[in-house]
Amino acid sequence: MIGGLFIYNHKGEVLISRVYRDDIGRNAVDAFRVNVIHARQQVRSPVTNIARTSFFHVKRSNIWLAAVTKQNVNAAMVFEFLYKMCDVMAAYFGKISEENIKNNFVLIYELLDEILDFGYPQNSETGALKTFITQQGIKSQHQTKEEQSQITSQVTGQIGWRREGIKYRRNELFLDVLESVNLLMSPQGQVLSAHVSGRVVMKSYLSGMPECKFGMNDKIVIEKQGKGTADETSKRRPSAPAHSGKQSIAIDDCTFHQCVRLSKFDSERSISFIPPDGEFELMRYRTTKDIILPFRVIPLVREVGRTKLEVKVVIKSNFKPSLLAQKIEVRIPTPLNTSGVQVICMKGKAKYKASENAIVWKIKRMAGMKESQISAEIELLPTNDKKKWARPPISMNFEVPFAPSGLKVRYLKVFEPKLNYSDHDVIKWVRYIGRSGIYETRC
Amino acid sequence: MTVGKDVSALFPDVVNCMQTDNLELKKLVYLYLMNYAKSQPDMAIMAVNTFVKDCEDPNPLIRALAVRTMGCIRVDKITEYLCEPLRKCLKDEDPYVRKTAAVCVAKLHDINAQLVEDQGFLDTLKDLISDSNPMVVANAVAALSEIAESHPSSNLLDLNPQSINKLLTALNECTEWGQIFILDCLANYTPKDDREAQSICERVTPRLSHANSAVVLSAVKVLMKFMEMLSKDLDYYGTLLKKLAPPLVTLLSAEPELQYVALRNINLIVQKRPEILKHEMKVFFVKYNDPIYVKLEKLDIMIRLASQANIAQVLAELKEYATEVDVDFVRKAVRAIGRCAIKVEQSAERCVSTLLDLIQTKVNYVVQEAIVVIKDIFRKYPNKYESVIATLCENLDSLDEPEARAAMIWIVGEYAERIDNADELLESFLEGFHDESTQVQLQLLTAIVKLFLKKPTETQELVQQVLSLATQDSDNPDLRDRGYIYWRLLSTDPVAAKEVVLAEKPLISEETDLIEPTLLDELICYIGTLASVYHKPPSAFVEGGRGVVHKSLPPRTASSESTESPETAPAGAPSGEQPDVIPTQGDLLGDLLNLDLGPPVSGPPLATTSVQMGAVDLLGGGLDSLIGGPNFVAPPAAAVPANLGASMGSGLSDLFDLTSGVGTLSGSYVVPKAVWLPAMKAKGLEISGTFTRQVGSISMDLQLTNKALQVMTDFAIQFNRNSFGLAPAAPLQVHAPLSPNQTVEISLPLNTVGSVMKMEPLNNLQVAVKNNIDVFYFSTLYPLHILFVEDGKMEAVSSRLQGSNIFTVAKRNVEAQDMLYQSLKLTNGIWVLAELRIQPGNPSFTVRLPAPALPALGCLLPCAGQPLLPSLLPRAGVSLMGALAQLGWGPSEPDVNEHQNSEPSFQLSPIRLPR
Repeated sequence: MIGGLFIYNHKGEVLISRVYRDDIGRNAVDAFRVNVIHARQQVRSPVTNIARTSFFHVKRSNIWLAAVTKQNVNAAMVFEFLYKMCDVMAAYFGKISEENIKNNFVLIYELLDEILDFGYPQNSETGALKTFITQQGIKSQHQTKEEQSQITSQVTGQIGWRREGIKYRRNELFLDVLESVNLLMSPQGQVLSAHVSGRVVMKSYLSGMPECKFGMNDKIVIEKQGKGTADETSKRRPSAPAHSGKQSIAIDDCTFHQCVRLSKFDSERSISFIPPDGEFELMRYRTTKDIILPFRVIPLVREVGRTKLEVKVVIKSNFKPSLLAQKIEVRIPTPLNTSGVQVICMKGKAKYKASENAIVWKIKRMAGMKESQISAEIELLPTNDKKKWARPPISMNFEVPFAPSGLKVRYLKVFEPKLNYSDHDVIKWVRYIGRSGIYETRC
Repeated sequence: MTVGKDVSALFPDVVNCMQTDNLELKKLVYLYLMNYAKSQPDMAIMAVNTFVKDCEDPNPLIRALAVRTMGCIRVDKITEYLCEPLRKCLKDEDPYVRKTAAVCVAKLHDINAQLVEDQGFLDTLKDLISDSNPMVVANAVAALSEIAESHPSSNLLDLNPQSINKLLTALNECTEWGQIFILDCLANYTPKDDREAQSICERVTPRLSHANSAVVLSAVKVLMKFMEMLSKDLDYYGTLLKKLAPPLVTLLSAEPELQYVALRNINLIVQKRPEILKHEMKVFFVKYNDPIYVKLEKLDIMIRLASQANIAQVLAELKEYATEVDVDFVRKAVRAIGRCAIKVEQSAERCVSTLLDLIQTKVNYVVQEAIVVIKDIFRKYPNKYESVIATLCENLDSLDEPEARAAMIWIVGEYAERIDNADELLESFLEGFHDESTQVQLQLLTAIVKLFLKKPTETQELVQQVLSLATQDSDNPDLRDRGYIYWRLLSTDPVAAKEVVLAEKPLISEETDLIEPTLLDELICYIGTLASVYHKPPSAFVEGGRGVVHKSLPPRTASSESTESPETAPAGAPSGEQPDVIPTQGDLLGDLLNLDLGPPVSGPPLATTSVQMGAVDLLGGGLDSLIGGPNFVAPPAAAVPANLGASMGSGLSDLFDLTSGVGTLSGSYVVPKAVWLPAMKAKGLEISGTFTRQVGSISMDLQLTNKALQVMTDFAIQFNRNSFGLAPAAPLQVHAPLSPNQTVEISLPLNTVGSVMKMEPLNNLQVAVKNNIDVFYFSTLYPLHILFVEDGKMEAVSSRLQGSNIFTVAKRNVEAQDMLYQSLKLTNGIWVLAELRIQPGNPSFTVRLPAPALPALGCLLPCAGQPLLPSLLPRAGVSLMGALAQLGWGPSEPDVNEHQNSEPSFQLSPIRLPR
């Protein structure tokens, strides 16, 4: 298991050091600094083995978090734990920076004591931790016995992510379907790979211990229901086809927050859960079929002699004209030996950024089914470097108000048998945001 | 925390603060104690009192905190005081305290293992596995797994279907981390059959949708391992394969560090079961801003998944990668193109042209890498792509890496006859011969010799030059030796030299970069862990004995696919696994193990007194066990041909025909040879054999087969003490060493003067065989009739059973029943009488054996050959006739067991014989 945990600043100075196991010596701290942080070459692996001691590290801004062990630990678990550790710290004091860590070191030690015992990760749900690790300092006699046992049963219990007795005057919930669409396209417009990775983020402000059921236009569920009710619907409305075809989407794979009952999903494909209070990520999913690609990029690069390049890029928006895409940014890479660039664009603003070796073209808004174009002349310095320019792909950023995967939330039902509010009383909000992930076109 | 300053001097003052009721302050004090108690062990005692008091605190958080901290203070004196509070906390009413206490047992075990065992904490910990709180269960599992790792032999976790069921239930309820502990623990379990494996798999599959990648990977580990037990024809097997792919792909959208762990594991999974991800090539395409470690791993997997179906796509990608900036990545991409060419023959041509395009870029390291892989392509497809040599030669000057130079020189030498200026090219390399690396020097030497053999006229000078450079001016022994070999070959027999140097080379295949199968199987058991990231077994990077238990995949149980080699026996099995070979005599095994395996003893029997003891015991019930009704214990050795059994229906005459038929030929019935010791259990030595009695002497006919890969010598044999004192009369003589796949037949004479001990069953014989490799043990049952001596005839009436030395005393007809009275005599002089009653028309016949109350027979055993008191005979006779019926008349026996109502059967009921 994890033998110790160190946090370093960018210089390699130790900010936090907590050793859980006797086999980790004091020199382990220095070994990591010398061999990884101060290494001459770029680090080539997140797992390093130095003198039979293994170091796992992640970097957040310029802070290094390293877990150390001498055993054959579950590597995936160690990384998951490090991420979780970052989440917990962020939930307590915001951004993970050297200053914040220094200001909160007592709290961090307290957290490390709680979420890692002898190197075994324990309950690390922020909601639960916040009930008994606070920055005010709890005096033990102020708590009643009931409160104490409530804390412990929550920390260890089956529903470790939610405490009992939450009350809201207005029961409200927000669902955000956030998708990032990834594309790799050849210069000829052939899709090399495309997938959507989506997240359903839920903000719940619900009283009591509500039992929720979430439904979306998952192809498997729709088809199953379609079979079951096909007879009834065809009798009543013979003309209306059952929900199928374009209406439903094929989900390649999905993962759920730990509150979702996985065995139930496995057997019935229904998503039921008792949500944590506040914001959490209900599910993640991935689709690869029938993706709506919001933009198409058509590049044209022409080398005019040895010192000049002509670039023309056309972007076409491919969605309903009534919708507006926002924050559009096209990044056209330029060779390292660029000396000057002249840009002409029809819409938005374009600038050559020498430090990033790219022309950045920004458009604030663009409606669907439109087209825009940029053309640039790039002057090159003559070089005798034999190395060819790698021609990195043209990348794009944008935000659109729909889900490129086609996912639709069908319902989110709330049941709370013990309290007197029903599904109808809950105010529900749904929002779809499609963002660009890695959206690249080779040129 | 203290900015590196040693603050241990403040110890007493800090300890004074312990009694605070501010929880935060208390935690800080405890933290201080953990860091400094070791340097001030005496002072640390001062803290004990507070710890003990805190363990009684009404607040569960404080109780848990105290027990947690105490476990972290590694001072022996404190540890002693820890036991009592810990015991209380393990039974605490609050789950939070219990889950902390469970981990504390593991801490204590790390400090003082003996103490934990003595205090019985392990049992309490085992009880916690059935706790109502899932987190307590998870922590108990984690603690037990860790403790079990340091005691590989102990059966601490004691996984059985019931406890597995409990774990699977807890799995649904506990935290993500707890699920990991439980899944990792489940992976160590070996289900008893494919059914159980399938039901566990079914309950583990929902975990594949968990958001935590570690849970997913651990679930994949369990599934991959248990899949090994499922038959491939099963529908469920196919379903499972399909279910595994999407979660693995999803892992690739996690953070880069986790992607790296996932990719390293996918690399293993793809090698073990390529079918899972064969359609998922696209997800392994490299993204421009992937970290370099992810890129390199993806590339590796792409090559493994490359097939004829997707090769075009893969090549296009690889070509793209070869123009990137990162040198390592580009090199690997170029190398990958070469590997594709070798793996997918149809693509070879396209790969070569892609490589040529890359060479045209003139980027130094791309050119060099391309030349290295083109060399491999030449090896795989000789005489196919030689047209490219000209292009390669153009780049000769730019090569500065030894590997590329060596590859180029190899190509020039190999195709010297097609390159006009091969001698010039090689000569140019020769100028700086001593500055080259060994690799290049060796290659240059070989290439020039090849050139000489192909074009002897023009290159004599060159070859002499290189030979003298290699042999006289070099101090590298490899180079010198190779130089001398070539020199002598060339000077003595140029034709032979040609045959040697220009011999046809074996083709290379892409298999070369795969992980060795046994290592792969072991690594599959470590999916998700560091071992799977390093692609090394844990012993390669873990210090000491901890966590280095060798794991292996479970053997397939259901079908006849016996692909498992002896090395992949069930996990953790001790090498000398014996219980299957010697069934019940666990206590006797030790006895046997102590036997001296020098030359076999044929010494005198043991002192009479001790033999008497054994003999009393023998009569106490040993004989009875053989006749527990008609259901005789079927000896595995008595493998009588089944067709004989079928003929039994016709009655007694057949039976007698049979026995007489066999008997007249060889003197007595001989059981066919049966395998006593399978090669699996004896490191390749297979022993089969039987017992015979010929002309008054007993012998054991052995057939030894060497199924191992090494020669076996130094055979010796020894018997454990047995009921009749059987012992080898001569040493086991295997004259020549037994080479692999050789079989030798030996007849080992036996006598009955060995020491006597009652065995269970009576005719059980435990044998130890030694060879140069190891000592092996097995046990067998000998047919009792080999012990029947020739002078056992009471009255010469019938010769039918005579062949087996069973003699008919009398025959009479009473009430339309044939009565046969039989007699026989054992080697130790016991006489046996029996009555056989045969009813015509009724296929069943009755064996009746006189069984009066018996006094101790003990005194009789040692005095073999002396007449016995008649009253003592019958009892022994019962069992011996039983044995006889079972062995000598074996064919009837299976029918007896299976069709008692319709088929002929023996009914044994004691009667009193007329004296």
